[in-house]
Amino acid sequence: MTSDSPITSSPLLQVRDLRTSFDTPAGRVPAVSGVSFDVNHGETLGLVGESGCGKSVSALSIMRLVPNPPGVIESGEVLFEGVDLLKISDKEMQSVRGAGIGMIFQEPMSSLNPVLTIGRQITEPLGVHLGLSGAAAEYRAAELLEMVGIADSKRRLGDHPHQLSGGQRQRVMIAIALSCEPKLLIADEATTALDVTIQAQILELMKNLTSQSGTALMIITHNLGIIARYADRLNVMYAGKIRESGTAEQVYMRPSHPYTVGLLNSVPRLDRPASERLDPIEGEIPDPANLPSGCAFRPRCRWATAECEVAEPVLEQIEDRQVVACFEAKSVSDSVEVAWQ
Amino acid sequence: MTISPTNPNQLSVRDTVDSSSGPLLSVRDLKVHFPLKRGFIVQREVARVRAVDGVSFDIYPGETLGLVGESGSGKTTTAKAVIQLNTPGEGSVKFEGQELVGLSNSAMRPVRRKMGMVFQDPYGSLNPRMRAGDIVGEPLKVHGLADSKEDYRAQVASLLTTVGLSPAMAERYPNEFSGGQRQRLGVARAIAARPSLLILDESVSALDVSIQAQVLNLLQDLQDQYNLAYLFIAHDLSVVRHISHRVAVMYLGKIVETADSKDLYERPLHPYTQALLSAIPTPNPIHERSRERIILRGDLPSPLAPPPGCGFSTRCPIATEACSQTVPELKTLAENQQAACLLAQSV
Repeated sequence: MTSDSPITSSPLLQVRDLRTSFDTPAGRVPAVSGVSFDVNHGETLGLVGESGCGKSVSALSIMRLVPNPPGVIESGEVLFEGVDLLKISDKEMQSVRGAGIGMIFQEPMSSLNPVLTIGRQITEPLGVHLGLSGAAAEYRAAELLEMVGIADSKRRLGDHPHQLSGGQRQRVMIAIALSCEPKLLIADEATTALDVTIQAQILELMKNLTSQSGTALMIITHNLGIIARYADRLNVMYAGKIRESGTAEQVYMRPSHPYTVGLLNSVPRLDRPASERLDPIEGEIPDPANLPSGCAFRPRCRWATAECEVAEPVLEQIEDRQVVACFEAKSVSDSVEVAWQ
Repeated sequence: MTISPTNPNQLSVRDTVDSSSGPLLSVRDLKVHFPLKRGFIVQREVARVRAVDGVSFDIYPGETLGLVGESGSGKTTTAKAVIQLNTPGEGSVKFEGQELVGLSNSAMRPVRRKMGMVFQDPYGSLNPRMRAGDIVGEPLKVHGLADSKEDYRAQVASLLTTVGLSPAMAERYPNEFSGGQRQRLGVARAIAARPSLLILDESVSALDVSIQAQVLNLLQDLQDQYNLAYLFIAHDLSVVRHISHRVAVMYLGKIVETADSKDLYERPLHPYTQALLSAIPTPNPIHERSRERIILRGDLPSPLAPPPGCGFSTRCPIATEACSQTVPELKTLAENQQAACLLAQSV
């Protein structure tokens, strides 16, 4: 599926050379080390990688929600509709959050305030960003609950979070995130804690609502299947950097970074005959305070050469929209093509 | 079935499982109900959570039974009832021919030696104040399986090697291990007393995919090496298909479908199994975008007030009037395949 968004001249969001670190007893540890990507109007971008790869910290940096201390956004630009979010005041940033960019987190229980009613929590951003209050706000809140598929919405406005199931709470989070019609919705592992049938409900809902309103969607997940189904393009992250990026078809059908290949070979797949053994990536992710020299993936990589130890590969274009940071990209994608036939 | 020599994946799993000697574990009509009580001095039972409500299955030596279902379906309660960890259930749990329901704690102890358990949380399930070697070696001490100090150390070292850790790591504390390594420690502890059955309760769910694949391979190697049987509980159906010989799908405390793994995934007969399978996105954009998904309405009903008739009828896309009146029994619809649905047809 290609995004049927209007072709506008500049991307909605441009992240340029973003660097975020955390101060720890062991010194300053990089979490995101020079990440650049765009999100176009109305498109769905996936951000995929394992724990600690920097995908969540990237999103938090965009929203300026990295806890400081210990987190520091060291450098970079986050241009949202041309404005650098890292340079504006806290007050201006507050009007971007919610009205410009909405965000949904993994834990619906800890993202909602347990002592306030659902209605109060949905009407709050409506008052702050749109100036709605009283009956008008309440009417809109009920409309939003209907929109995310919560029946009997007027009565449910008086409920507290604990009266809702996990799936319903995540629906409320979506209602809040979309209440002020943001141009970008960031979903950070938003369905990870949910059961598969509920996960499917929530993802379909999110995709339908954003495509109806032309909202761009950034899905952050470790689940390769979710990205394959919903994302137009994706970035694969490892140890704080984007290692491969392209359209879903390109990255899944012709992966060119050894890490992407390793991820795809690690998951048992329902779309293929059952196999006797998986072919996982060896070893574990490196300690971010102690990254190996050259390419950070080198110690786990089957294609690594002497060159990988001394020099760090940068993202290079290998196809129309596909970029890869690997010296051996060509032989990686060729060998994959042979193996998967 | 024809076996093509070029593709070992097509081998029937039954070929590798020895079913001649009878089941290792045989569970019949297992029920675990938790009464909900109210009242200050005189407590009255006001409701009853039927966490597990009449579950039956067999596991043969060297076989993996996958138990899948959503949260609250009764998977973990079933596992705990097998190893007699919760309030005694009703029904029968026979392990190596011995009835376990009603056994005293002291009588259970030698039986537990033969059942290992690996839990989901690699952080919460290891004592942070014990060294890795002592964590792995504790079952050897408890069951008196080491002859001497040297023997104990040698066994611990060999266990660590078996799960892919270095024997030198025996001196370290759990916080010095990564999540994947901790789960390897959990596996080493579970196999220390040389059990014949391992209960794996969401044991790989919390791991990153590359580490998950490593642990799955380890589990398969151990099964081949020691002829271990697994009760593999997970909500991830692609992982379950990969590791299981047979699969049982649970919903609201009941098994709604059970079949050989291959058949269940190729030809699910219960509408819940069909919906579960269709809900799983596969890492293949072309396949994904052409695929119709069955999106179930609503949530799992509360086990406190299950719907009358078929428990799935409130969310079922094909339910009829009769489904809300009659409780469907598991019936055999194909060879080695049973489903509890009034509308499922035999094939």
